[in-house]
Amino acid sequence: MKGKKGDGGRYCLGIESTADDFGVGMSTFNGEVLVNVISTYAAEEGGIHPREAARHHAETASKTLKEAFTKAEIKPGDLALIAFSQGPGMGPCLRTGATVARALASYLNVPLVGVNHLVAHIEIGKLTTGAEDPVTLFVSGGSTIVSAFDAGRYRIFGETLDIAVGNCIDVFAREAGLRSREGLPAAATVEKLAGQGGKLFSLPYTVKGMDLSFSGLLTATVRLLHERKCRLEDLCHSFQETAFSMLTEVTERALAHTEKKEVLLTGGVAANKRLQSMIKAIAEEHYAKFCVVPKEFALDNGAMIAWTGVLAYTHGTVTPIERSFVKLRWRLDEVEIPWVK
Amino acid sequence: MGEMKPLLIKKGAEASLYLAEWHDKKVIMKRRLPKKYRISQLDERIRSYRTIHEPQLMHEARKAGVPTPIIFLVDVKQATIIMEFIEGKLVKHLLDKVSESKRLSLCVEIGESIGRLHSSGIIHGDLTTSNMIQTSEGKIFLVDFGLGEKSKELEARGVDLHLMKRALQSTHFRFAEGCFNAVVKGYSKILDGETVKNVLAKIEEIGRRGRYVSERKRR
Repeated sequence: MKGKKGDGGRYCLGIESTADDFGVGMSTFNGEVLVNVISTYAAEEGGIHPREAARHHAETASKTLKEAFTKAEIKPGDLALIAFSQGPGMGPCLRTGATVARALASYLNVPLVGVNHLVAHIEIGKLTTGAEDPVTLFVSGGSTIVSAFDAGRYRIFGETLDIAVGNCIDVFAREAGLRSREGLPAAATVEKLAGQGGKLFSLPYTVKGMDLSFSGLLTATVRLLHERKCRLEDLCHSFQETAFSMLTEVTERALAHTEKKEVLLTGGVAANKRLQSMIKAIAEEHYAKFCVVPKEFALDNGAMIAWTGVLAYTHGTVTPIERSFVKLRWRLDEVEIPWVK
Repeated sequence: MGEMKPLLIKKGAEASLYLAEWHDKKVIMKRRLPKKYRISQLDERIRSYRTIHEPQLMHEARKAGVPTPIIFLVDVKQATIIMEFIEGKLVKHLLDKVSESKRLSLCVEIGESIGRLHSSGIIHGDLTTSNMIQTSEGKIFLVDFGLGEKSKELEARGVDLHLMKRALQSTHFRFAEGCFNAVVKGYSKILDGETVKNVLAKIEEIGRRGRYVSERKRR
């Protein structure tokens, strides 16, 4: 992990709890990640139930914190800063993380910083890949965003107009009866099956400017699935090719428009090899460097919150407890980014 | 092609634009080159679909009174369109530089054009200031209908204007709000009050649509 010299002895603890993951990470003030522990709530059936996920977070919090301190080999008293994801996300989940963060900051008498979850994904991506000023494609269960820095903020060039691509894949996987197995999420099974398919069914390809829509694609794919006339492999293949071509097209548009020299791929869906190869292809075509964030830091995690907390704090941001309420719909482009020039 | 060698003037994500000569006229040659990242079957489908639909929409826009380049030739096999070359300045480069009053009148005019498109059932699909050219006579041409469609639905109209709003926010953030209000003012001159009200409510709704499942379900 790269970082500036000095201040390696001051530590920030970051808490992530926007959705189904409760993450605790710690980083030094110069960007060395000490530890990154994640505890994931596994829904027995269907998607994430916010209240159930929040209950999981509350139950696992002390255990996860303890594990983080043990692995990092530091004591709570060594912390100089507490950061937490203040939004956007699911209310009950965010509130659980925020409560833990407030309690720690009060008890230890150290400053508290509320961090935007989406900014944190970009910052940890830059830290772990060395990218400096990329076009970022962030694809997860909750978000589908193409963004790039301009005039003090991460501007949103493209985003989904309805559901996130990760959500689209998850719902399709559940409809197809694919379950998480042996630590592999159901989406990974979709990827595997897609690799065995070859026939292309015509599915809705919806790009509007730099924005995308996945709901039509999902409906059409699920309809074909229930007609039972096509091999699941071919359907996965068609679904994946269509969805990822859409993502790649808008990313290429943003790249052509901004003329940036790096492309950063992150979020849970970034683990998909086919998507990686497609984004890499357009990066090469525009002479840009392709960076993919390592899985541990591409999924929701506490280290990204800790590191972004350091950046915000060292550039003058603190969040007093009375202003530490969670922001469910906090947009990426609402956040001032004074640390990027 | 004439004596002039086609000159690449813009390499977009979706197509490449060449300035060329065709029957002694300066023309724009728009080619949709194959995309390596897409599997060929999907790639061909998308390129030929857009090559067929774009000229149709441009022609209809023209009939509705919205300045667009004249189409000279469509070659579906080569995914190539030859059209009139419009000499002028991109609104993208103009908007931040002109005076406040010019900027607003420009936006009103853009709004009127969008209104004309929508009332004729045309959705542009990619309303950004890089797809608008002002000629020396002051006419604003709309180009790049590659992502357009025929629709009179509220949703389509809302998304179209939402994109315009977003383009202003990302590229002309200092003036975005005033500019968009002026666009709406122009739009309201063409479409009736009831429709405008519904479209504006739709834009609000699209803006509020979350990226988080729990949020969407609650509504």
